[in-house]
Amino acid sequence: MANPALGRWGGLIVLIVVVAALPLVLPNKFYYDIAVKTGLNALVCVGLNLLIGYAGQISLGHAAFFALGGYASAVLTTRYEWNGFLALGAGAVATGIVAYLVARPILRLKGHYLAMATLAFGIIVSLVLNREIWLTGGPDGITVPTLRLGDMRLRSAETWYWITGGALVVVTYLALNLIHSPSGRAIRALHGSEVAAETLGIDVARTKTMVFVLSAVIAAIAGSLFAHADRFITPNEAGFLRSVELVTMVVLGGMASTFGAIVGAALLTVLPQALAGFDEFKHIVLGAILVGTMIFLPKGLVPSLGALIRRWRR
Amino acid sequence: MSDFLQFVFSGLTVGAIYALVGIGFALIYNASHVINFAQGEFVMIGGMATVALIDLGVPLLPAALVAIAIAALVGVALEKLAIEPARNAGVVTLIIITIGASILVRGVVEVVLGKQFHRLPSFSGDQPILVGGATLHPQSLWIVGALVVLVVGLKLFFDRHPFGKAILATAHNRLAAQLVGIEVKTVLVASFALSAAFGAIGGILTAPLTLTQYDVGVMLGVKGFCAAILGGLGSPFGAVLGGLIVGLAEALAAGYVSSAYKDVVAFVMILLVLFFMPSGLFGTKGTERV
Repeated sequence: MANPALGRWGGLIVLIVVVAALPLVLPNKFYYDIAVKTGLNALVCVGLNLLIGYAGQISLGHAAFFALGGYASAVLTTRYEWNGFLALGAGAVATGIVAYLVARPILRLKGHYLAMATLAFGIIVSLVLNREIWLTGGPDGITVPTLRLGDMRLRSAETWYWITGGALVVVTYLALNLIHSPSGRAIRALHGSEVAAETLGIDVARTKTMVFVLSAVIAAIAGSLFAHADRFITPNEAGFLRSVELVTMVVLGGMASTFGAIVGAALLTVLPQALAGFDEFKHIVLGAILVGTMIFLPKGLVPSLGALIRRWRR
Repeated sequence: MSDFLQFVFSGLTVGAIYALVGIGFALIYNASHVINFAQGEFVMIGGMATVALIDLGVPLLPAALVAIAIAALVGVALEKLAIEPARNAGVVTLIIITIGASILVRGVVEVVLGKQFHRLPSFSGDQPILVGGATLHPQSLWIVGALVVLVVGLKLFFDRHPFGKAILATAHNRLAAQLVGIEVKTVLVASFALSAAFGAIGGILTAPLTLTQYDVGVMLGVKGFCAAILGGLGSPFGAVLGGLIVGLAEALAAGYVSSAYKDVVAFVMILLVLFFMPSGLFGTKGTERV
């Protein structure tokens, strides 16, 4: 873009306008629910995009962090009767610690090995959530109480729409700031060449760990919000396919594009709902779209369309 | 002791399937440096197509051969239609393409053959064989026997046959292979077909023991990936050992520790191996070019 600052904040303004205006066209609770799911997926994807798109490290296990956050909220509020917000914070901190502990050994790996290791981590978490029935309720899932703010019960789909939308705008703002800060440039340097980054004095291991932990904490917060918004969570949220779905959202929308991540999340959340009428053909369509986009628009939707618009303007 | 033997039998049976899937990963990785996340779908196609054909009245052997051919065709189509057009894409993009392809294949099978579980009759009856106090299902012998035959065949093919040598040469150095006149594109297509056929054979052999359904490929694919990584990516024979090790470890853990956590074993093992031996048990250490 000609003026990067305009592109950066212009996108944020568009996001705020969309979030603010969307309720005008959402006819009922069902659509609000989809919007909330979209927003929460987008939240995870903005964080995951920092890791995949900017730092160039793949993770096929991020659903595990989402689920850890969600289950922390669910278990602490139901079994130990914690305050919901306290549980959310504790979940985020605990997930951050878990991410920090696995980050060092995992992030030494590259390419397919990194994919395998993150995948293995995710599957281990999902299996534990499935098996420790006394704590997690097992495969049937666990009911989560309504989140309370003082005397207010945060229950309606509209309320959750504003909570999710607000969280998305805040996290997007923080992500954009990070990307354009010195730390952000260090993160992007990793993508080009780790050796080159190291010779420039960037602490590669530390930078990678930081991005990994950050994206995990964002996923955990989204997971906690999801648990309270849906008032229910199952181990499926940690599953391999869910992790794949998250990566797909990021890649489909466009790697190294924060708004691409949001668009990808929106598309892949709304599309299956739109295809609900042709339930049988859902997977065929979804698979074909994935393969097609990756072949014809390998940079993802938003960067490819951006390039198209720029060429057209010239 | 008879317990131990029992666990070893079941471990080797499951391990042989992981090995077949792992070989498939290694073959495709060697030819194209793609990790094919649709590998498990070949296993599923093998089992499901055979069941469908038998339901139509086709005898077992021709049904199995046709199913293998179908899987091989799907493999070729995957290479031609999805991998080749994205030749210059990055690792992550290629992973997503194969994941998309696997969802597509699952979707097609779901629509054509439905979501129910299917069972294939055992090849030589269900009368268990008693060995040292443990029982052995005859199907296990088929599975392990097929693995031995296929591995020996593959070894001979790589060592003796010119085309096998061409595949090895391409794996070592694509450009050099091209320069000595090897049709690299044919090698690529053949690798996908071969890999799909191995997967399908695994699927057909295991369907009598485990039932088959349109989505059995997911977990098998992931475990096969474990086997391939454990053996050192790109080494088909390493993948065989990797698969057998994963299968045995799972069976022993299920028997002696906790059957609920049997699936965790493979993944904990793979994490430990990657942390301490980042190139797998039998892989060579790579260096990064700057």
